[in-house]
Amino acid sequence: MRFRARSIAILLLSTLSITACSSGGDDDAATTTGTASCAPSSGPVTLTYTTWIPNIEKVVDVWNKANPDIQVKVQTGPNGNGGTYANFFNQLKAGNAPDLGHIEYDALPSFRVQDGLTDLGSCDIVAQSQSKFIDWTWNQVSFGEQGHVYGIPQDAGPMALFYRKDLFEKNNIPVPTTWDEYAAAAEKVKAAGGYITNFSQSDINQFAGLAWQAGAHWFGNDGTNWTVSMTDDATKKVADYWQGLIDKKLVSSVPPWTPEWDNAYNSSSAWTWVSAVWGANSIASGAPKTSGKWAVAPMPQWTAGDKVAGNWGGSSTAVFKTSKHPYEAAKFALWLNTSTEALTLLNKEANLYPATKEGASLPALKEGVDFYGGQKIYDVFAEASTEVKADFTWGPTMTQTYADASDGFKKAVTGQGTLTQALTDAQSKTISTLKSQSIPVKE
Amino acid sequence: MAAFKLPKYGAMLVMAVFTLYFLTPLWWLFVASGKKDGQVTEGSPLLPDHFSLGENLSQLFRYNDGIFLRWMANSIAYTVGAALLGTLLAGMCGYALAKYVFRGRELIFNIVLGGVLVPATALALPLFLMFSKVELANTFWAVFLPSLVNPFGVYLGRIYAAASVPDELLEAARIDGSGEVRTFFTLSTRLMAPAFVTIFLFHFVAVWNNFMLPLIMLGNERLFPVTLGLYSWNTQVNQHPELRALVLVGAFVSIVPMVIAFLSLQRFWRSGLGAGSIK
Repeated sequence: MRFRARSIAILLLSTLSITACSSGGDDDAATTTGTASCAPSSGPVTLTYTTWIPNIEKVVDVWNKANPDIQVKVQTGPNGNGGTYANFFNQLKAGNAPDLGHIEYDALPSFRVQDGLTDLGSCDIVAQSQSKFIDWTWNQVSFGEQGHVYGIPQDAGPMALFYRKDLFEKNNIPVPTTWDEYAAAAEKVKAAGGYITNFSQSDINQFAGLAWQAGAHWFGNDGTNWTVSMTDDATKKVADYWQGLIDKKLVSSVPPWTPEWDNAYNSSSAWTWVSAVWGANSIASGAPKTSGKWAVAPMPQWTAGDKVAGNWGGSSTAVFKTSKHPYEAAKFALWLNTSTEALTLLNKEANLYPATKEGASLPALKEGVDFYGGQKIYDVFAEASTEVKADFTWGPTMTQTYADASDGFKKAVTGQGTLTQALTDAQSKTISTLKSQSIPVKE
Repeated sequence: MAAFKLPKYGAMLVMAVFTLYFLTPLWWLFVASGKKDGQVTEGSPLLPDHFSLGENLSQLFRYNDGIFLRWMANSIAYTVGAALLGTLLAGMCGYALAKYVFRGRELIFNIVLGGVLVPATALALPLFLMFSKVELANTFWAVFLPSLVNPFGVYLGRIYAAASVPDELLEAARIDGSGEVRTFFTLSTRLMAPAFVTIFLFHFVAVWNNFMLPLIMLGNERLFPVTLGLYSWNTQVNQHPELRALVLVGAFVSIVPMVIAFLSLQRFWRSGLGAGSIK
């Protein structure tokens, strides 16, 4: 029996020491970076690419067939905030991050401050492609810094007004072109027994799109310090406006993306939705009974006659710092996000709306859509996409910012507190989060 | 004080209410997965109409080259494989701790018991970093190997072995010339059968439901268990609403193995739990 006891003890000890070695080992795996310059590799390379775009394999197959020397292995999983971003950070730490990753615009700064991205600014092919992209999407990936770029813009979410054409006509309500008219229409819609829209208590990025249109700047970075200004005048104006609609009970506030929410549209209780281009499918699938009765108009304006749109969503293809083949990775990312064949497939398979100037003229985006009474709705979005302001920057902790603002919004729609209060709270929590992560912030 | 005796039908009523309470969500899922194109809000939530489960199933099984079937197969491989091997390991370990006296026995047992207190979720990230070091992250083994470990199973195994395997019997086996390993596999495993089934069921459920580990370990969709696969679809329902129908039907299909495991093994489960509780 003594023998057994000893062997078990040895086994146990060795397990413990293995554990100790692994956890105490070198942590600098993440700092072993690829080449800083953007030189082509010699010989064939295999790249890994992680995304959550459905059916992306079909797009990558096209590339792989045409490029035997740059083979791309694609992996898909849950969306960014559903776990893939957390995995990226873990993998950067463990040194096994993919070469390329799908990162939404609002998450890109968090990877930037953690030094997880390759600056593609030194890649000729990238710099030469800048003019292909709609200006504001380029700013989303370069953070406005000349000569630097931290990802290739992939898709955009220009916003417009989805509205029930039939109900507006039947009740003689003109389609609002300004926010004042929208508020006036809200009264009439209420009188007709509906709600002009459902105010989303948890889509803070939608609210950001509305504030973006009004000229808000939630975050800034002067090269060293971040600034947070979620309660600037433009944002306050937007918050007060929606607070007014909430107070007068002109908007409903069922939680978004739930069957209840679908039902509000399906049963003609909610009449409009100020949303992004990809929202076209959300309504079509959530409210099938209303097919053919919808139309799309430009976003209402703050000043009559203006042409300014907001943006909700959009993402980039970034090259991680640990990639050993930044040139090839950039080459693939550029093909994926600028070539007509790739953009056509991405739009067909995954409903992505391109971030390039030419992308707006894909044949599929020139067709009428039955759900919208045959209207060529993408023409509206193509125009909106050129009207988004270029100077909106996201902060490095958007997941936390969204969560905190959403907590406040949920209270505000039930009559406790206001949207402005929620934004003020979210701002101070964001500042303390930045401080706790040792990210320099100016108050 | 006279004991209040609940009339029989009263007890039945309570049972009936609870049965209804627990079965309603399952029924809802069944009805919802039969709805056309995932139109959950259409029609009555609890009465099937335009029932098209067959159509939905075939859509589910064909989507993305039948990735769902692959996920189901993965889940079964992770779960059944890890539960069988893990049960054997836990049973052997528990048996050894119960039947052999050696120095450090209690220490080992206490360390194992301490393992019960550490949530699996907290271990996922350190495990990922360790598996990355040995280049096993994002492989089948990254999920399979950690799933073999089951401290609670060791505990149950020890308790049950102490209670149901008499020392005299082991002594008799030794006198008859049976080696320790042979004794364990021919004699003790039979005496411990109910404990094994209990450990197996606990382990089966734990691995089937383990979500954090595969989420962190796996990037390759073809290695996903069904829970993670459905989750990754569900995160995209907002922008790709067509996935909602698949998530619903998939969730329905994914509970079938659990139901089968429970219905066929619940008899043992009960007796095993009872044996654990009296000690």
